[in-house]
Amino acid sequence: MSITSKRIDRRQFLKSSSGVALFIGVSGILPQLISCKEPKKLAEQLEKHRLTAWVQLTEAGELTIYNPAAEMGQGSMTSLPLIFAEEMDADWSKVKVEFSPQEAEIYGGEGWRPGSKLMFTVGSRTTNSYYSTMRKAGAQARYVLLTAAADHWDVPLSELSATNGQVVHQKTNREIGYGALVPFLKMPETLPDFAEDQLKNPKDFRLIGKEIARTEIPAKVDGTAQFACDIRLPEMVYGVLERGNLHGAKPDLTNEEEILAMDGVLKIVPFDYAIGVIAKTLEQALDAKKQLRIDWSKSQASGYNSQQIYAEYQKIADRRQKGEVTVEIGDVGNALRSASKTYMIDFKNDYVYHAQMEPLNAVVQVAEDLQSAEVWVGSQQGPDTKLGVPGLLGILPEKVTVHLQYLGGGFGRRSMNDFVEECAVLAMEMAPRPVKLIWTRKDDITYGTFRPLSLQRLQATVDATANITGLSHCVVGDGGNLVASGARNDHYDIPNQLVEWREATHGIRLKHWRSVGHGPNKFAIECLLDEVAMDQKIDPVDLRRKLMAKSPKALATLEKAAELSDWNGPVKEGRAKGVAFVEHGSLGTGVCEISVDRNSGKIKVHNFWIALDAGVIVQPDNVKAQMEGGIIMGMSSVLKEQITIEDGRVQQSNFDTYQLLRMQDIPDRIETALIASYDHPEGVGETATPMVAGAIANAFLRLTGKRLRHLPFTPERVLEVLNS
Amino acid sequence: MATYTLDINNIKHEVDVSEGTSLLWVLREHLGLTGTKYGCGIAQCGSCTIHVDDTPMKACILQVDTVAEGQKIKTIEGLSDDGDHPVQKAWIEAQAPQCGYCQSGQIMQAVALLKENPNPTREEIKTYMNGILCRCGTYLRILEAIELAAGAKIPTN
Repeated sequence: MSITSKRIDRRQFLKSSSGVALFIGVSGILPQLISCKEPKKLAEQLEKHRLTAWVQLTEAGELTIYNPAAEMGQGSMTSLPLIFAEEMDADWSKVKVEFSPQEAEIYGGEGWRPGSKLMFTVGSRTTNSYYSTMRKAGAQARYVLLTAAADHWDVPLSELSATNGQVVHQKTNREIGYGALVPFLKMPETLPDFAEDQLKNPKDFRLIGKEIARTEIPAKVDGTAQFACDIRLPEMVYGVLERGNLHGAKPDLTNEEEILAMDGVLKIVPFDYAIGVIAKTLEQALDAKKQLRIDWSKSQASGYNSQQIYAEYQKIADRRQKGEVTVEIGDVGNALRSASKTYMIDFKNDYVYHAQMEPLNAVVQVAEDLQSAEVWVGSQQGPDTKLGVPGLLGILPEKVTVHLQYLGGGFGRRSMNDFVEECAVLAMEMAPRPVKLIWTRKDDITYGTFRPLSLQRLQATVDATANITGLSHCVVGDGGNLVASGARNDHYDIPNQLVEWREATHGIRLKHWRSVGHGPNKFAIECLLDEVAMDQKIDPVDLRRKLMAKSPKALATLEKAAELSDWNGPVKEGRAKGVAFVEHGSLGTGVCEISVDRNSGKIKVHNFWIALDAGVIVQPDNVKAQMEGGIIMGMSSVLKEQITIEDGRVQQSNFDTYQLLRMQDIPDRIETALIASYDHPEGVGETATPMVAGAIANAFLRLTGKRLRHLPFTPERVLEVLNS
Repeated sequence: MATYTLDINNIKHEVDVSEGTSLLWVLREHLGLTGTKYGCGIAQCGSCTIHVDDTPMKACILQVDTVAEGQKIKTIEGLSDDGDHPVQKAWIEAQAPQCGYCQSGQIMQAVALLKENPNPTREEIKTYMNGILCRCGTYLRILEAIELAAGAKIPTN
């Protein structure tokens, strides 16, 4: 198929397509163009004509706007289309939202690196990286409509304006709805490449920053929201894998014949690290999985005991030889030599697991000739938009269609597509029958990918007037940035800073976990500051106020949080407040109020107050929801969650042994103040979670004079600290 | 294999499955009632909460043969015709869900709570809802939604 043969006269296309497609859209030429064999040419073609691919319009004025990002609860299904609709001057009540096709050349965000286009919902970057893209695309859609109206009325474009789904010609007092313009649409030869200053003044926003209900919530309360595990296809069969609980071990199946003889079992598919079983029904597949007799080899993880490793980590931290330096400002060595006092503290954190409520799963159908595939999946996408399937099958990316579904939680786990590849392997074996792969919860935990265990050794130096002059932060653990990120301080004016990472590997599967290194590292930094504050008899807020003197935005969050929490006000008997600051794109200060049951060791969080500066806030209520969720997930991980490894084997296997925070342990209140700003939006999904450990430990220090230095703060550990 | 007749959302369904099959798989994979979710399989997370004769139960640990004797099973799909049960409306008003995966179970549990106890205290709500996990951390909004529904402070439009 050549590009030229598909070059349809666009005017004709627009007229003949039953008034549905305003621009290239799913109902029209896009799928055909996409299936051409020369993606580069396609990109050029699209670029040349600057065709917008984001929206469809009916004659009734109904709009369908595409969301290019994954929806895992963070609200992209509303926020991105809302930004588009703002600049399009659309009538929001007529907007429907659908996932865009998973085609990065068209729908990829440019926020990752210059010139790249990625569909990748990670790092809380969705709104940040798509904000300008969606604004410009919305403005272009508006431009097409204005051009059509100018042509139709034979008036200059400059005399037209648009509002709430109508084009208006004030001079003649005429207006026409967007839908009514469908018969007159034509694609302009070029679309203006709107610069930021040609877009709306944020002061004039009608949708952004307003209380707009989330588009997908009705489907999430009536059971119709579709997750990948809900997909059912004709002739579909079920796949499960037994992966064991010793990461890296190789399986040797000893009862293959017995398994193959079981009811409904269709095939056994060996993997390097697992045994796969395909059966007619899910229950048959699960029954067979239970009966598998597998001898597992030893692996790199064999002999590793996570709770005994800290002594070794301390020795690694003791070494004179520095690790990989990730931040170096000034000269920490000098600061140490000239300090009037030095503080050195070790902090520790155990492994934690994502525990997204929807266990991993996917549905894949491979064509009989193995030359094309369809994938239904809840994925945070990735650098490979087709999630590794083309490589596995040895086919071109355009031969793989990915149907993105809602994600029952992501938190970083679903940006790794091991489960999609597993399903594709099974589907290849069963082609052309579709295969649904289900991970049980046990699979999801025992073969999980964890936030690494680590040790942080922090040293702070102060001068004779109690100024913090230096901060050295040594991280020991596996996974590079997974442990070392978030150790940087851009908003504390500390003239000498050093961050270094020292590696220790154990063969345990690791992964980004909401906030990544920020969780453990902000915990360590914020606790160290309070340690200094207590020793120097400075109020923790005053200490941070001084450090933030050169960062007015950070300082504003501190002041606001102090005000919201009545920091200097009276505290109830048996309670104390603690503060922590986090930058993760957006800037936030959190204050919590806790009490401790000195008999059980249980910490109760009563209140959490947050002040956040995230630039332009697209959906204020949703940002508050992200703060609430981030705090609750933070509390869950800080107070309860713990994966332990014995002789390389993961010890937890379900929610009975891996405890999450439940409703009885929620705070009375999580209150968020959003600081007004017209700056470019910053991510909000990972700013709250890393506040929690520091804020709680700092409150605990003020309440008891004792130090919580090892995550999680389980009742046993709290008792141990209290009795120390 | 055996044939079972299940009364689900006031409709009789016949299914051919092995004795002992989990009701959750029957609902989701055999009958396509996928609003009820799988989360743990051991009655720890509550994503699969349904009603059996008006009592909230975890479908994952119910064997099909134990609910095929005329018991009335209700799933999220049978809660209302148009997603307009007062609890569902309260859920939208409070903008409770995030990822949404656990919310069918949360709603089914909340409906049962309000039927038993139309004016629960905060502590009663927390206790009754404690068995349903939410990883996104929407608990405060779930609480708010239940209080809204209990107080019938739900806008009508």
